[in-house]
Amino acid sequence: MAETLTGAQALIRALEHAEVDVVFGVPGGAILPAYDPILDSPIRHVLARHEQGAGHMASGYAHATGKVGVCVATSGPGATNLITPLQDAYMDSVPVVAITGQVATRAIGMDAFQEAHTWGISMPCTKHNYLVTRVDELPDVIAEAFHLAATGRPGPVLVDIPKDILNATMTWHRPGEIDLPGYKPSVKGHPKQVKAAVEMIHRSQRPVLYAGGGIIKAEASEALRHFAEQANVPVVTTLMARGAIPDSHPLALGMPGMHGNYTAITAMQRSDLLITIGARFDDRVTGDVATFAPDAKVIHVDVDPAEIGKVREANVPIVGDARTVLEQLIETMSSLLDGAEPPEREPWFSQLAAWQEEHPLTYHQDPDGPIQQQYVIEQLHRLTRGDAIVVAGVGQHQMWASQFWGFERPRTWINSGGLGTMGYAVPAAIGAKVGMPDETVFAIDGDGCFQMTSQELITAAIDGIPVKIAVMNNTSLGMVRQWQKLFYGERYSAVDLTDHTPDYVKLAEAMGCVGLRAETPAEVVPTLEKALAINDRPVVVEFKCDPEAMVFPMIPAGGSNDHVVLGPEDLA
Amino acid sequence: MKHVISVTVENKPGVLARISSMFARRGFNIHSLTVGPTEDPRLSRMTVVVDGPEMEQIVKQLYKLVHTVKVTELDPTETVEREIMLVRVNAEASRRGELLDAANLFSAKVVDVGASTVTFEVAGEPSALNDFLELMRTYGITSLVKSGRIAMAKDLKTTTKRSRLRTA
Repeated sequence: MAETLTGAQALIRALEHAEVDVVFGVPGGAILPAYDPILDSPIRHVLARHEQGAGHMASGYAHATGKVGVCVATSGPGATNLITPLQDAYMDSVPVVAITGQVATRAIGMDAFQEAHTWGISMPCTKHNYLVTRVDELPDVIAEAFHLAATGRPGPVLVDIPKDILNATMTWHRPGEIDLPGYKPSVKGHPKQVKAAVEMIHRSQRPVLYAGGGIIKAEASEALRHFAEQANVPVVTTLMARGAIPDSHPLALGMPGMHGNYTAITAMQRSDLLITIGARFDDRVTGDVATFAPDAKVIHVDVDPAEIGKVREANVPIVGDARTVLEQLIETMSSLLDGAEPPEREPWFSQLAAWQEEHPLTYHQDPDGPIQQQYVIEQLHRLTRGDAIVVAGVGQHQMWASQFWGFERPRTWINSGGLGTMGYAVPAAIGAKVGMPDETVFAIDGDGCFQMTSQELITAAIDGIPVKIAVMNNTSLGMVRQWQKLFYGERYSAVDLTDHTPDYVKLAEAMGCVGLRAETPAEVVPTLEKALAINDRPVVVEFKCDPEAMVFPMIPAGGSNDHVVLGPEDLA
Repeated sequence: MKHVISVTVENKPGVLARISSMFARRGFNIHSLTVGPTEDPRLSRMTVVVDGPEMEQIVKQLYKLVHTVKVTELDPTETVEREIMLVRVNAEASRRGELLDAANLFSAKVVDVGASTVTFEVAGEPSALNDFLELMRTYGITSLVKSGRIAMAKDLKTTTKRSRLRTA
């Protein structure tokens, strides 16, 4: 029987049809009609305190679960507050659908109250976006939005819906077949190219598997590990790929790039073949492109053809889904090896081991000195046995978390890589915990980042989302301070955050969370234990950290990866 | 070096904005862009003339837009290119005869005559249009409007030569 629904009801029905179980949002005038039928829907609504929070929650949810995260905002300021999370999700290829209210169709272009040109503003920071013009098209538009967000190279999609469309009525129909003549992502790699790649890998003396975030997105971790072992190739995992192969695996070299470890950076630099899968030669990985990996041939596997050849010419380009292509590589390698062992590459592996021996990641925790962030991260890893989802903001704490946390499985590391959005951790951790309620979700945040989005602690407390947040309080915008220390003659400009305001413990308590504090190294472990024992409320733990500590190794911006700076003495 | 690309897109609201926004944010330089309907009402076709060496990236980034159906880089030797322009030229009475003779050589059509100007319509190959402009400069051009280039690959099916259209 034909059922008559309002646009708002059809929207919620279409979201249910897309198997949405939770949305993160903030209501307002233009989106108001959609907030009535949501009361009757099994979809959970998490009320964020700011639309930016709602957007990052959707992203954290998507990172942790692999499903599409959904955020909702009203027109005008609601929609513009979503722009940062949308660009963040765009840069990191996170599947997110944003639903925004818009002023009524007849008011569009009239500078109406809370009007913004959301479609135009969001165009460059989404994979695709829609302005709905007829109520009948709602079911199909929502279905398309989810299809686009989740398939091919994932990304954010925005659907802007004028208020009169939400109030209009329509005869409900299930979404039809997706009809997008211009959108046909390739999944399978070209067999000839796959064969060429396998032969090149087999011949290579100094190969490196350069694994990017695409491995995580494509659920290709298992295939990656299998192929690395089968072909006997070491693996570097970029900031977006941490956990793609267990850090404890003998072939895992850890993170390359600006703050990567010496061996990962130098292995790429001296490699004769970079087997690039789901990575994009980001400037944070390559440093100076002209001097990057000068002897390396490149195999480049990516689902997005535009990434291939964008920064570095590929000798063997392969367009396809990371897991599918890895499975093809495994099969082709099997027939090539035909039961034989892969090349031993003895000199190469000895060299890698020597570099690891010579230049490990190090820090020193003076028992009587200030707390080092690396120490907190290591102790947290030990106490949780690494069995937690770690969420970071952006800056020093993020780099240390990536360096010192041993990641053993995919989707346990959530951070803002491409855009570098400070304030990402608190809301993203909330989204991750909503998606994975049985996991321990621990945000490792900086004091600067924390102050940007800490209002979402209320969301966590009121909505019963027991995340844990470590605030690494080094009383400054640490990474900026590090650059001023190293490159601006210690002239500190606008980086001091003070060590007493806010009082993070009181702030946490005022927001309905538990507040804890560790001021000395001796207090770190007992305080972490306390935090880990509380599972019914969100916990904020402040660590009074060393403001002078700096992240190393480091490749200064624009510098060559030939010159890894291991400590301040290397810059003298 | 200028390249001509033919872009078939879905005929949807905002598609021109999507294409021009992509060119702007990726730093690609558009020399000219024309857009219009095609034989299929669901599709529009754009002819874009671009400057610069990043052709491969431009084609790939165009394909990345959801509403882009087909992108073809046209080989100038196997393409029909046309452009139309309106050009207003100083034409004092004493030089008017000479001016009209010159215009005749290019099959330029007089579309407006003022007290001291003549306006020509010229359609043809872009290079012919430029030659005409060179000639007109000696009289003094007071106003110029160009349509931007439209282009279509030649139908080579009747010849034995295989089409060498480069499509990405």
